[in-house]
Amino acid sequence: MTARVSRRSFLAGGSSLVVGFTLLGGLDRAEAANPNGLLRINPTAPASTTEAWLVLTPGATTVYSGKVELGTGVQTALTQIVAEELRLRMSDVQFVQGDTVLVPSQGFTAGSKTLQQGAVTLRQAAATAYAALLNLAAHYLRVDPSRLVAHEGRFRIAQRETSVSYRKLLRGTNTVLPLNTSAPQVAPVDYRIVGTDADRVDLPAKLTAQFRYTTDVTVPGMLHGRVVRPSGRNANFNSIGNVDRAQAIPGFVRVVQIGNFVGVVATSEWAAARAANPTTGITVSWTPGPALVNEASLPTALRDPANQYKATVELDTGDVDAAFASAAKVYQASYFSPFHMHGAVGASSAVADVRPAPDASGIQATVWSGTQGVNNLRGAISGLLGISAPAVRVLYTEAAGCYGHNGADDAAADAALLSQIVGKPVRVQWTRQNEHGWEPLGPAQAHDMRGVVSGAGITAWMHTIYAATHGSRPSATNAGTLLAGQFIGKLPDPLPSSAGDASGRNSEVTYTFANQRMEAHLVKSFVTTGPTSATPATPLVHLLPRSSSLRSLGGLSNTFANESFFDELALAGGFDPFQLRLDSLTDPRALSVLDAIKPAWRSRPRGGNGVGAGVAYQQYELVNAYVATYVEVAVDAASGKISVQRVVVAHDCGLIINPDGLRHQIEGNVIQGISRTLKEEVHYAGDAITTLLWAAPPGTSAPAYSVIRFNEVPPIETILVDRPDQPVLGAGEPAIGTMAAAIGNAVFAACGARLRTLPMTAERVKAALP
Amino acid sequence: MGQKTIRLNGKKRKVSVPDDSQQLLYVLREQLDQQGPKFGCGVAQCGACTVLVDGKIVRSCVTPLSSVADGADVSTLDGLATDDDDDLHPLQRAFLDKQAGQCAFCVNGMVMGALGWLQGRIDTGNRSVPEPREVADYLSGATPESTLNYICRCGSHPRIVEAICAAAGKMVK
Ligand code: FES
Ligand code: FES
Repeated sequence: MTARVSRRSFLAGGSSLVVGFTLLGGLDRAEAANPNGLLRINPTAPASTTEAWLVLTPGATTVYSGKVELGTGVQTALTQIVAEELRLRMSDVQFVQGDTVLVPSQGFTAGSKTLQQGAVTLRQAAATAYAALLNLAAHYLRVDPSRLVAHEGRFRIAQRETSVSYRKLLRGTNTVLPLNTSAPQVAPVDYRIVGTDADRVDLPAKLTAQFRYTTDVTVPGMLHGRVVRPSGRNANFNSIGNVDRAQAIPGFVRVVQIGNFVGVVATSEWAAARAANPTTGITVSWTPGPALVNEASLPTALRDPANQYKATVELDTGDVDAAFASAAKVYQASYFSPFHMHGAVGASSAVADVRPAPDASGIQATVWSGTQGVNNLRGAISGLLGISAPAVRVLYTEAAGCYGHNGADDAAADAALLSQIVGKPVRVQWTRQNEHGWEPLGPAQAHDMRGVVSGAGITAWMHTIYAATHGSRPSATNAGTLLAGQFIGKLPDPLPSSAGDASGRNSEVTYTFANQRMEAHLVKSFVTTGPTSATPATPLVHLLPRSSSLRSLGGLSNTFANESFFDELALAGGFDPFQLRLDSLTDPRALSVLDAIKPAWRSRPRGGNGVGAGVAYQQYELVNAYVATYVEVAVDAASGKISVQRVVVAHDCGLIINPDGLRHQIEGNVIQGISRTLKEEVHYAGDAITTLLWAAPPGTSAPAYSVIRFNEVPPIETILVDRPDQPVLGAGEPAIGTMAAAIGNAVFAACGARLRTLPMTAERVKAALP
Repeated sequence: MGQKTIRLNGKKRKVSVPDDSQQLLYVLREQLDQQGPKFGCGVAQCGACTVLVDGKIVRSCVTPLSSVADGADVSTLDGLATDDDDDLHPLQRAFLDKQAGQCAFCVNGMVMGALGWLQGRIDTGNRSVPEPREVADYLSGATPESTLNYICRCGSHPRIVEAICAAAGKMVK
């Protein structure tokens, strides 16, 4: 940091009106605001998880957001909110996001929480600033504030010509305001910008190749790095050969090896790629390590207590045991989902510039990354490099859509380590094989369902999950949460102590069943220090592929099990599954999304003959957005191939900020949901992932991780239930959760095959046909 | 040592690489500052690196410079519009109109792939506007003329297809 700017000089530092959301007590995190609206945050001051800033200067209105644009349109939506409250145009508002120096911490951008949490505080901050401007204007024009109207940056006295611009009012103003929770907000009926289909602010630059993604970041003097990964999760470094061949490549700089971390650095990306390629550059040999839990036996292995460290009952209402004991029949079914990838279209990349000593502003390492959490990554990288956290600056740059904790953080660690060693800025571009083979995965999950249905509907329900961790994100205090950290001998964080809102997300249901239990069996991802220990043993021995947060976490698998089993019970009890859902819910918002798809359900195909329809419902995280989904499928009996013909989604996420943006999110959820349901499955053998590409290379039958193609995408109808008087709820993940069950229920209606394992491949359909 | 002159978006540019097995993608990004073509897979499976060479659709991640003729015309997304914002190509405009992209990392592929395809149809006298189904099959590599698949992971497929149909309507006029 530059010499600390005192509070006094900060206030004298220029014309500005600053709203700091948790800036109640002091200014210790704000160091300076300069005339173009830039503000520096003192990185040594404690970061709050809810803090954000809004800075108005004569030249600019700037939002400092710890939440970042991940390709889902949140920047556009947040800009709409600020422009609305401040009576500005969209183009008047600029956005600085994800910079550990400039922007306060807001935790991770994840879990569909950006709008849900960010919108509330930002809206109130903008209202706070507007109220302050209104007072300034009233004073300046010598009229009562009630006589003023504002439009696009200018106050006017109603019915008169006299006016004053914000720009003028801000000149000479130096105010830092805490969030004023009673500052009046624009009433929903008066919205001009919120609730409209404002265009995405980032798209024009993306369509003209002007937008700088992480992969496009270059800095002066930058070198290019590539990593060479071990032959498997548990393999250990043995030796490097053919170094001379790599050395002969023009532009080659050096080979780096620390423990199991191996990389090459060169002056061009092509040279680095050649040097890292075993057919043209170095060859690395590895000592094989123990195999992971056999993939084919995952459904039984996850259920095996020997592989678990904990079992917990996380919900127990009524008396499930008594209900089961007295029932004429207890129905049972088991479900399973495999490991899934995030599978960003762009392989992860990052740039790091690590210097031997801090520069004048105190920064020694600067890292550009598509991370979901700049502050945590800063801490983890500080541990990796042995540099204090305040001397590390992490700048968020948008990468290809990530859908959770993918390879972005690990690539940043690779770049940082290589840069530290070569003493120059290094850009690391992962190959597709690096990404497919090493990104953190959404874990496999198994489910045992038990239930009782009687004339009164479903009366008892028990869901047991067998789950690996969904939460291995970078920890600010542990470099072992980064792949490079593990390669150099650091241990990952202990495994979670509960399923909670992670593997357990949406494992409970919101139906009014009299008796319901959810039990979670937590599975070891690696060998731990004892049978019930969640702490990794040394040396680290993986039992499963490394897993972390993927869109909806356990939600997709849990709702697949819940909503499929709901149909199984409904049909066993002689109920119409759609009607039984209506009869098992009381929340009017739940009922209204189901009502919205009722016309589709009423006009559904009869079922049988290979064509059928199904529905699924969930309330995301039990308390957030409501989603009801209707799906029609055609199943080809001869081949077993499922094709989704039509999808209708009804969605209530409270106040809608941008209807078109919301529809786009829902469409994305539906399409990714179909893909994960029908096609996606990570395969591995021994301790190595074998699905390393999107498709088998021509002429081979190598395993591949394939995703949906354009001609497999059905027509998608979205029905938006707007609730202008209700809080905004996130929409990044709720709809995906319903897709697997809705498809499975439709397949059952079409051909009588009940699919309880994802993906629903043609072979599985044929095997399940009655 | 490979030295070549190409016409990049209409302008003559000299490139010189130590090794002309170097893929065009790296030449374009590292030497010619192009940002449109992206590294997605490096094995011709996703489309992110698509450019046109003499009007032909090329996956630049697997196209060595040695296979590009001296003097060849290379078109990238970077050069599709003139500096003037009002001069966007119909494909760019249609992608914006339909808001056809979330992260939009993939759209270089769909825009340049559709450009080569539609232009190729027009050049051979086919001035019909393809049906959405045909566009979806094309982008899936499921047509007689192309086996190249284009991947979008965010799920912007319906909008991308709509945008290409809309742009085709303008391009055939
Ligand atoms: S990067 Fe060339 S096709 Fe994927
Ligand atoms: S918009 Fe993100 S991959 Fe297509």
